[in-house]
Amino acid sequence: MKTLESVLIKHPFFENLEDSYLNLMTGCAKNIKFDAGQFIYRQDEEANQFYIIRQGKVALEICPPGKTPVTVQTVNEGEILGWAWLVPPYRWRFDARATELTRAIALDGKCLRKKCEEDKNLGYELLKRLLPVIGRTMEATRLQLVDVYGKRD
Amino acid sequence: MVPRPFKVKEIIRESHDTVTLDLQPEKPEKEPGFAPGQFNMLYTFGVGEVPISISGSSSGADSYLHTIRDVGKVTHALASLKRGQKVGLRGPFGNAWPIEQAKSRDVVIMAGGIGLAPLRPALYALLSQRDQYGNISLLYGSRTREDLLFHHEFETWKGKYGVQVKVSVDTADRDWKGNVGVVTTLIHRVSFDPSNCIAMICGPEIMMRFSAMELVQAGLEEDKIYMTMERNMKCAVGFCGHCQFGPAFICKDGPVFSYDRIKPFISTREI
Repeated sequence: MKTLESVLIKHPFFENLEDSYLNLMTGCAKNIKFDAGQFIYRQDEEANQFYIIRQGKVALEICPPGKTPVTVQTVNEGEILGWAWLVPPYRWRFDARATELTRAIALDGKCLRKKCEEDKNLGYELLKRLLPVIGRTMEATRLQLVDVYGKRD
Repeated sequence: MVPRPFKVKEIIRESHDTVTLDLQPEKPEKEPGFAPGQFNMLYTFGVGEVPISISGSSSGADSYLHTIRDVGKVTHALASLKRGQKVGLRGPFGNAWPIEQAKSRDVVIMAGGIGLAPLRPALYALLSQRDQYGNISLLYGSRTREDLLFHHEFETWKGKYGVQVKVSVDTADRDWKGNVGVVTTLIHRVSFDPSNCIAMICGPEIMMRFSAMELVQAGLEEDKIYMTMERNMKCAVGFCGHCQFGPAFICKDGPVFSYDRIKPFISTREI
C-alpha cells in the first residue's frame, strides 16, 4: 500500500517542494473516501480543507432557489479541489458532491494557514502552486461565459 | 462552378437544431469523392449558398453526408428540407486533414459543438487503418448534453477501436454523469506522446485558439497542430477574395491549416 508521502511526492502540485515542507504537508494529510452522491462540502460552510482527488469525480454545483442544482465544473482524478481555505473569509462558495465513489487525500487547510503565517516561504510556495489552479479555473469560467457554442446574433 | 442537382435521400435528426442530410446526385454518375476535411457549397434554391463540411458518406463516393446546424437563413432552409427535395451542390473543395502525416503517431482530435462534423470523416479514415496509428483520442466539448452530436457512435469508437473518448459540457444537471467544463481541461485526461503526436481541432475559433495554446503547453509543436478555419466563402475556388485570411484564402489554401501558419492571424481581431 502506498504511503501518503509517496503519493504526494509524485503529484505535480508538490513537485520540487522542499523535503521539510513535504513532511509538514504529509503530516496535515489523510486519506478520505466519499460515496456516490455524498457532499464533500456545502456552500457557506467553513473551508478548512482541500483535496487531491485520487479516484472518482466531484461535481461543483450551484443551486438556484427552488430549482434543480446546476453543475458548473467537475473535478477529476489527479486534480485539486478547493482553494477557499486559503482566502478569507474561508468559506466555500459552491457545493461539492461526489458523483461516483471518490477517493481523495484531504489536507488540513486550517493547520496549513497557521503554518503559512508562521513561515512566509511556505506560504509563498503554496500560493505559487495554488495560483495556477485558480488561474485555470478562472480562464475556463471565462470561456464558459463566452458561450462559444451558442448561436451568434 | 455550376451547382449540380442533388436530392435529399435521408434526413437524420442529430439534435434539437442540427440535422444530417444524406445527399445523392439526381443523375447517377461517378462523384469525384472527397478527402476528410473538404467541404461542399450547398445551394438552396431561392435562398442562398453556404459552405458545409462533409461529415461522411452513406455509400462510398456517390453520396455526401452534411451535418447542418440551423443558425441562419440558408442553414434554416437546409435544415427544413424534406426527403426527396433538391439542393444544388458544388464541390468538394479545399484541402484535407493530415491523415497520412499522422501515421505511426498518436492523434488527438479536439472538437467543439458542430465542429465534430468535419472531423468525423478524419476519425473514420484513422479507424479504417487503426493499426497504422498510435493512441487516438477524441476530446469533445459541447454546450449541453442535448447538443452532443454522433453520441451513438462513441461506444463503438471506444469499445471496438480503443479510442480515448472524453466529453465535456459547459453546464449540466445531475442526470449527466460526465465532465463539466471547457474542452481544454480534457487534454490532461488522455494519454499521448506530445513529441510524436498530431492534433486536429475544429470548433468555434475561440475554442480552437485556446485548445492550440493548451496543446502547445502540453508539449506539442505548433506545426503538428491543425485546425479548420471558417470565413465568409462565396466562390470557393480562390477568385472572389471573400474568405481571405491574412495571406491565404480559406477556400483554396485551407480550410485546414497548421497552427504555426495561422497563429499570427488567428488572434488578430481585425482579420
